[in-house]
Amino acid sequence: MRTWKLPGFWIPLALVFAWGLIILIMGQDTARETAFTLMMFVAMASSLNILLGYTGYVSFGHIVFFGLGGYFGFFLLSQHDWNLFLAAIAGGALSAVLAGLLGMAVLRLRGAYFALATIGINEAARAFVSNFEPFGGATGLFVNFAAYERYGGAGKALWLTFILLWVATLAVVLVSFLVKHSRFGLGLMAIREDEDAAMVMGVKAPRAKTITFTISAFFPGVIGTLYFFKNGNVEPGDAFQLHMSIESLVMVMLGGQGLVLGPMVGAVTYQGLRGYLLTSPIFKDLHLAVAGVFLLLIILFVPAGAVGWVRGRFPRVRRFLE
Amino acid sequence: MLGQLLSSLTDGLLLGFVYGLAAVGLSLIWGVMTVINLAHGPVIALGMFGTYLLFLKGGCNPYLALLAVAGMGLVFGFLIYGVAVHRVLNAPHLSTLLATFAVNMILIGVGTAVFTTSPHNIDFSLGSLEVGPITVPATRLVAALGAILFTAALYLFLYFTRPGKAIRAVANNRKAAELMGIPSAWILALSFGLGTMLAAVAGGLISTFFPFTILSGGPYELKSFVICVLGGLGNPLGALIGGLLLGGLEGLIPTFMPVSWVPVVEFGLFILVLLFKPSGLLGAK
Repeated sequence: MRTWKLPGFWIPLALVFAWGLIILIMGQDTARETAFTLMMFVAMASSLNILLGYTGYVSFGHIVFFGLGGYFGFFLLSQHDWNLFLAAIAGGALSAVLAGLLGMAVLRLRGAYFALATIGINEAARAFVSNFEPFGGATGLFVNFAAYERYGGAGKALWLTFILLWVATLAVVLVSFLVKHSRFGLGLMAIREDEDAAMVMGVKAPRAKTITFTISAFFPGVIGTLYFFKNGNVEPGDAFQLHMSIESLVMVMLGGQGLVLGPMVGAVTYQGLRGYLLTSPIFKDLHLAVAGVFLLLIILFVPAGAVGWVRGRFPRVRRFLE
Repeated sequence: MLGQLLSSLTDGLLLGFVYGLAAVGLSLIWGVMTVINLAHGPVIALGMFGTYLLFLKGGCNPYLALLAVAGMGLVFGFLIYGVAVHRVLNAPHLSTLLATFAVNMILIGVGTAVFTTSPHNIDFSLGSLEVGPITVPATRLVAALGAILFTAALYLFLYFTRPGKAIRAVANNRKAAELMGIPSAWILALSFGLGTMLAAVAGGLISTFFPFTILSGGPYELKSFVICVLGGLGNPLGALIGGLLLGGLEGLIPTFMPVSWVPVVEFGLFILVLLFKPSGLLGAK
């Protein structure tokens, strides 16, 4: 495999690995919490990128898989005493299966119609969960404090959650690289450029899109379970925030769509920017507007995103920035 | 029972006209330039606040204020088109979706800073009308009439004036229209302006009977998507009928099941129509 020799393959993996390791060695609770939020967005943006960046399909419903998978995992965890690891995998699996089923139906739609359908799915899922009694209806579910005892107390349980998230993030980065450099991934990029031409060339577009949708939906389910376990409760308003889907989109665009490193850079930059805006006295009330201006400027003038721009400007560094 | 059913159906249908008006704006923009305007919701909310400010500070009649709001909406649409849409019009859908969403973020952000997110309302009443078991607040009746008037005016404009005909020509085939000497950039800006104008007017009409916040546009934007899909994207008349359908459903559903199920049915229907008849229930133009 030539892939293993590319520096662009090792750099993102090494970055995430070192990041998690530093946090583990530091052993501070506040540093872990900050890293948890940031890493969660890195993983969300990277998993969205597998669909958005490679096939060019805009999904506003990425958060649905975070919400539904998380709900399911949390349900198993809190009501049926499942182990956190298994529950997270189950949450991801449910998301993946749902995405597969939805994809078979919805991915017959193209472009803007698909984007609209995903907005509808998001709203329908939120409304459905608010009314679904086994998931606690509008009040949601809570985790019993005794559940943390299994992992040696609440403090240790939180560290375990962080480690699992770290592993999940590494997995997203690995998968997004492998997909990109496979024959399958080339097919996806052909779909992005011209779907009809790709089909003529023998790419089975509907099947390839559905598989991609499934892959990109698995990770939000896992992350959702971990996130809700960390919070100790889950409720519909928290689980299906359309703006989180949008923020993931912004992160992908900011860093550079279709690149492995792009969503990572985008997520870290966006979170940093938002943190600055929220705390700065001048922009405190305007942080949403300022973020909007940034997004608009990127779309109008740097559509390739930060990493994409660097790649275009300096061809030599391309092997390092995949 | 029947009386209650009738009155909630009337309520829903009257509201449906206003939903329809908002959706006509969205549909017009899609029909002319295949752009899904994600800044539709905040524009509806700005229409509400425009009417509110003119009523409260300027002391003018809300319906008179609507005309001013319509004018501002038109200009505002020109502005959005020029700043955010024109440059990415020929780029992939991703770009226009995100560009209009960026405008959405900016409007909501500035709006939140200026108006906060606490609810406002226009204290204005025209009394109510009673027909048998049905009681209708007159403001709603006037709002439905206003929605019909504006849609009719749009129809007349599109079919019987030169710029209107140019809009239809550009929607039909932009390149051919340019070859005929139609300045397509201006026509596109005009249609975007008209779309946002209708959204602002719909917002203004809603503000006469519902309290609102700067975030209130969101739900109406989502309803507009549903309506556009029901009536066929890019088909303004279909959008009005789709609005009536949705309003009627909203009136009827609560008599059979809990109100909280309304969005489940709405968006379920939305997805089903997208899947099985993406050209809309009324068929493509």
